[in-house]
Parts: sequence; structure tokens; C-alpha cells
Amino acid sequence: MYLEATLTPPVKETMRTSGADAVLRSFIAEDVDLIFGYPGGAIMPVYDALYHYQEQVRHVLTRHEQGAIHAAQGYARVTGKVGVVLATSGPGATNLITGIADAMIDSTPLVCITGQVGSHLLGTDAFQEIDIISISMPATKWNYQVTKAEQLPEALSRAFYIARSGRPGPVLIDITKDAQFEMFDFAYRKCKQIRSYTPVPTLNLNRVGEAADLINSAKKPLVVFGQGVILGNAEKEFRQLIEKANLPAATTLLGLSALPSDHPLHVGMLGMHGNYAPNVLTNECDVLIAIGMRFDDRVTGDLSRFAKQAKVIHFDIDPSEINKNVQADVAVLGDCKESLRALIPLVYERSHQNWLQEFEVLKGVEQCKVIEQDLKPTSGSISMGEVIHQVNLQTDGNAVLVTDVGQHQMVASRYTQFKQSKSNITSGGLGTMGFCLPAALGAKLGAPEREVIAVIGDGGFQMTIQELGAIFQTKAAVKIIILNNSFLGMVRQWQQLFFDKRYSSTEMENPDFVAIAKGYGIEGESISEREDLPAAVSEMLQHKGSFLLEVHVGKGDNVFPMVPTGASVSEIRLE
Amino acid sequence: MEQAYTLSIFSENSVGLLNRITSILTRRHLNIDSINSSESESSGIYRFTIVVKTTEAQVKKLVLQLEKQVEVMKAVYHTDSDTVFQEIALYKISTRSISEGNLVEKLIRDNNARILSVESDFMIIEKTGHKEETQELLDFLSPYGVLEFVRSGRVSVTKPMGELEGI
Repeated sequence: MYLEATLTPPVKETMRTSGADAVLRSFIAEDVDLIFGYPGGAIMPVYDALYHYQEQVRHVLTRHEQGAIHAAQGYARVTGKVGVVLATSGPGATNLITGIADAMIDSTPLVCITGQVGSHLLGTDAFQEIDIISISMPATKWNYQVTKAEQLPEALSRAFYIARSGRPGPVLIDITKDAQFEMFDFAYRKCKQIRSYTPVPTLNLNRVGEAADLINSAKKPLVVFGQGVILGNAEKEFRQLIEKANLPAATTLLGLSALPSDHPLHVGMLGMHGNYAPNVLTNECDVLIAIGMRFDDRVTGDLSRFAKQAKVIHFDIDPSEINKNVQADVAVLGDCKESLRALIPLVYERSHQNWLQEFEVLKGVEQCKVIEQDLKPTSGSISMGEVIHQVNLQTDGNAVLVTDVGQHQMVASRYTQFKQSKSNITSGGLGTMGFCLPAALGAKLGAPEREVIAVIGDGGFQMTIQELGAIFQTKAAVKIIILNNSFLGMVRQWQQLFFDKRYSSTEMENPDFVAIAKGYGIEGESISEREDLPAAVSEMLQHKGSFLLEVHVGKGDNVFPMVPTGASVSEIRLE
Repeated sequence: MEQAYTLSIFSENSVGLLNRITSILTRRHLNIDSINSSESESSGIYRFTIVVKTTEAQVKKLVLQLEKQVEVMKAVYHTDSDTVFQEIALYKISTRSISEGNLVEKLIRDNNARILSVESDFMIIEKTGHKEETQELLDFLSPYGVLEFVRSGRVSVTKPMGELEGI
């Protein structure tokens, strides 16, 4: 046995079946009804089995394996369920790697199934053979190669359990072709526990007490929260905590939507292009309360000058995050829903009026120097900010925002108004261009009742543009907004600010995006005039199916505020 | 300050785990001084012993990263003074070059070494000890011509009683 585990009794009597059939039966036992993938030689037996189960398990054929995995990520992020991906061996498997790495760093639960050459061919450089286990090892939470059909049910039950438990992450199961064909006696037993694996550390109530003492003694407390609040389904508890003690709360990029954007205690986004007040006041707070976040370098800026004056409390489910980047004075390990429930009764009611006022003052400065011009410019090209503002007005903050990577991502994250959780899907840690379009497809299929809006730059759009084909075929009503500045805008911004305006390979000559969309049967419109914006956004939202709206925005626009690389967060620049 | 740390990693015996463990070190640009894997005192649980030169701040993070792996039960680190450790070295030398006088007897006595095999043209000497000790014997033998030399990875047990219970 490769992993000692506790399993539930078999869901059904044993039955004689093939390995490929067992994969599908395992999916059904795990309540999987939607998967994403791309067929090929070494995974064909599973695809053949899929044909038999298509009523129970819907398969979405993307146009590239990278599209399949990003779609599964979008699905997982919007539903909170495990995303499932199928791909063949060799290039099919290697094309998943970017998405696997993205899911690993952003804690997204995925089970990836790859076909592998027959076990007798392993190590022979056979056609489409690659050692995907070794390649995916540093980017997976767990991976395993199955060479015998009888290993499949246990490998898959462990895969789903590991992917979704504790800090979620991607798991890869590589199945040799002979194991897919092999007949065996199938019985599925869900995994409940693995001997060597502690997904959720036991909560230490002494630590919770110490955290409460620090919070109660704080004159200038600041809460910084991340995706852990969403992954832990702790939005309600989180809100109770901050409301009870009137704690100002700032989000990371992935924490967005855990707390409604218009909540009076929401003081904005942290980080390089975050809001002015929380960045500046990070270096003035006396107690920093980090909840489900990992102090990414884009959040902390120069670590040696990050919140040095503050006592730090760190709530996390992953022990390896404690003291990784920022030393914690009190570390509370555990599931944050449970930790916060224990903490709330111990925290005193406070008003922190003067301290909250400091955020208001700095917010006013940012409003005046940056936000007004971003959202309501009166001359020049359309700004990215006013497009997002228009979307906010017309969706009333109820849409799921899916973004790619770059300037548009920062602007959309800064200005989108979120009302409900799991509404922000973006590639945070890895910064994967090309993430957005397929992730938006997966999000729409996972939450068909919700408006899903993909906001993409012209660069990232062209990295996975072929997924228009998958959107066309599935008829998923994804609304696509391309913020086209004919540049790789974020790189261009850095070239302007830090590389002496040497615009090396960042200008793009772009195709007619609307014509391309129309080629895929997707309606579209392109605008470049301010007065056309409200009607164009309205048309996009009213349209029944998918719609592509291309907005030509200012070529040389930059995103501010900005914490330059190597600077302290309190040195954030407004211009 | 960098110094040698002995990592003891208790794990399931699964294909590829070694790869996962070493990639945690290589990702941080750490060189492995020595590595050993064997069964532990608990049935079915394997123990990796890895020696790595790094700082205490880094090694603290390393053990947490190692423990994060699904198949790893426990990872601990120790300095040399907290463990009893040994390495084994084998030396193959020409019989003729060393058989004059009482040289062989002297080197066996002085080094607490032993002869594993004597053939007509070569002999195999074994010595266990710390690296400096096996190195000392290698330096001593070098003038006589060492045909082959090999040293194992470190194996170590911890000094505090009962520290690893409950794994």
C-alpha cells in the first residue's frame, strides 16, 4: 500500500469492469458531473468510457489542454468544488503544467487525469511518452502513477480527498493505457483520512486567547484577509469578527469578494496596485491580523520595512505559511471558520473611531488624485477604470469577475464592486496570461445563473483566444470585455517608469477581434468613443449568448497607485 | 550563520517521494551533503536522513515544507551536537603496496578499521566514523595508492529520549 488511509465501505457491490470505466464510476461516486479535457491516444479508453456515461458526466472539449485546466480552475473557484481535467500523455500532459502550477499557488482544488503509454513502454521514449509525474511533482499537492486497474479506485478516492481537504490544491493521476483497458473487480470507497496527512491542524485555544488579548489591547488594529476566508467558508464569521470590534479590513487580490466591497469596514486592497490607505497604514497599525493570506511579495513590498512596528497575528491552515515571510507573534493554526468562531466571543466591542478616520482621510486623497480621473475622465481616450465603473453600474455588483493578468487585472480588481463571495476569479500567484478566457468559460458553466464577465487585455486574450471555440460550442453566455491598448500594458508601464521608456517588444498590432468572434458565431462590438460606452455595455449584458466587447483604451495609461519593486508599502506612489 | 543540519524525515514508502523531497531542497538552491533512506523503528515507516548546510531560519522553513507533503509524517532537524551519527567508508588498496612491514596492523589498530576482504592483488578496508575520521584514513592511505574509495550518507539518531514518539 502506497498510502495508509481510512476508507468508507464500498458504495456498491463489487463489479467486473475496465480501468477506464472505473475512472468514470469514480467520478460519479465523487459527484462529478462536469469535466474539461482534450482526447488523445493514451487517454482514449477513458474517452470511450465517457461516451457511455455522457448523460451523467458532461465533458467540455476545449481547444487546448491549457484551456481545459484553466476552465476547470474557473469552475472550481466559482463553485468551491473540485475541478476535473482529462488529457492525454506527452504534450497533452505537459500542456496542463501551467494550469497545475497556477492552481498550486492559488490553492485551487483540481484532479487532473492524464493518460500514459502502456506500462511495458515506460522509459522507452515511446510515442507521446513523458515522465509527467516528475515534471508535475513540484507543482502538485500530490501525484501518482497508476499501472494496474486495481489501483484506480483508491488512487482516485485519495486524489479527490487530497485536492479538496485542508489547503486545497491540484492532484495529478497518470494512468497507463494498459491499466485503462485492464478488467478488474471495481468497488469505490471514499477516502476519509490518510495516515501521513494532516489537512487541518488542531486548533490551539491558548493561541486564540493570545490573539484575542492582542486584538483587545490594540489601538490601531488592521485585518488583512485572503482567499483562506473564502476557501474556509468563513465569510460570515469573518464579518462578525470585524463588525464586533470595528476592525478595518483590507483584502489581498484573491481575498476580493469575501467581504462586500461597500462594507464600511472594507478599507480596500493591499499590494503593489492596491489602495493607498491600507498600504500606508500597514506601517502604522499596532496589531496586524492576517487571516487566510500568505504575505506574498506583491502584498508586502520590501519585507524588511513591512509592518515592523506591529504585533502580527497569523491565522492559517497551512503551518508552512507561518513565519515564511513575516514573523508572527501569535500563530493560530487551523480552519479559519473554526478559529474565528472561537475568537469572536473573546474579542471586545470597540469603536476605533479615530483610527478608522485615518483610513477615510487617505481614501479621500486617493479618490481625489487617482480614482476620480480613473472612473470619470472627461477627455482623452476611454480609461480602463470607466469601463469597470460602467459594468458596476449596470450589473449592480452581482457579476462574477474573471480577469487575466496585467493592467486590466489591477484596474478591474481595484474598482469592481463585489456583493457576494466567490465572485472574483483571477490568476494571482502565478500571474498566468491566458487564464481568463477559459476560466470564464468554466465559471459560467459552474454558475450558469450568474452573469460572468471576462475582462481581458489584448495580450492575454491572444494567448488562449482559441477557447472562443469552446465557448461557441458550449453556448456558454460568457461576456468578454477586451481592454485593448495595443500594448502589453503592464510591461510597457514598467518600461516607461523603470527602463528609460525603452519599449522593447511590447507594442502589438492586433487583429479585428470582433471579426474573429463573429467567425466563432459570437456577437461583438468594438468601441473607442466615451459616449458609446454605456450603450455598448448594456448591449453586451442584454445579449442572450456570449458577447465580445472590445474597448479601445488609452495606449499610454498607467495603473496607479503603485508600490515600486523594492520599496516599502508606505512608499506607495499616487502618480 | 550556515552550518550542517541533519534532517530526519519520516514517511510512507512511495515511488517518487525522494524526488519530491529533493526538489524542495534544490528549489531553494541547497546542495545535499549526504542522503540516506531506510526503514525506521516503526513498521512501514521510512526514514530519510539528509545533511544540508544552511541557516537555522532556512532549515526551520524546510521542515515545514517537508511536512506539508502528503506522504511525509514528520520532519525534524538537528545540529551535530544533538545527534549520534555515523558514516561508513570503504577503501580498496593494492595488497602489494601496503603489505610491507607492520603497516597494515598499524593502520587497522590506529584507525579502528577492519579488513573486509583480502585478494591476491587488493584488499578492502572498512571504517565507520565521522567524515573527518574516514577522511583522515583516506589521506593516510593515499600515498600507497587508493584504487577505490566510497563513503556512505550519514545515518543518525537523536539524543533526546522519546523525541520522535507518536510518529
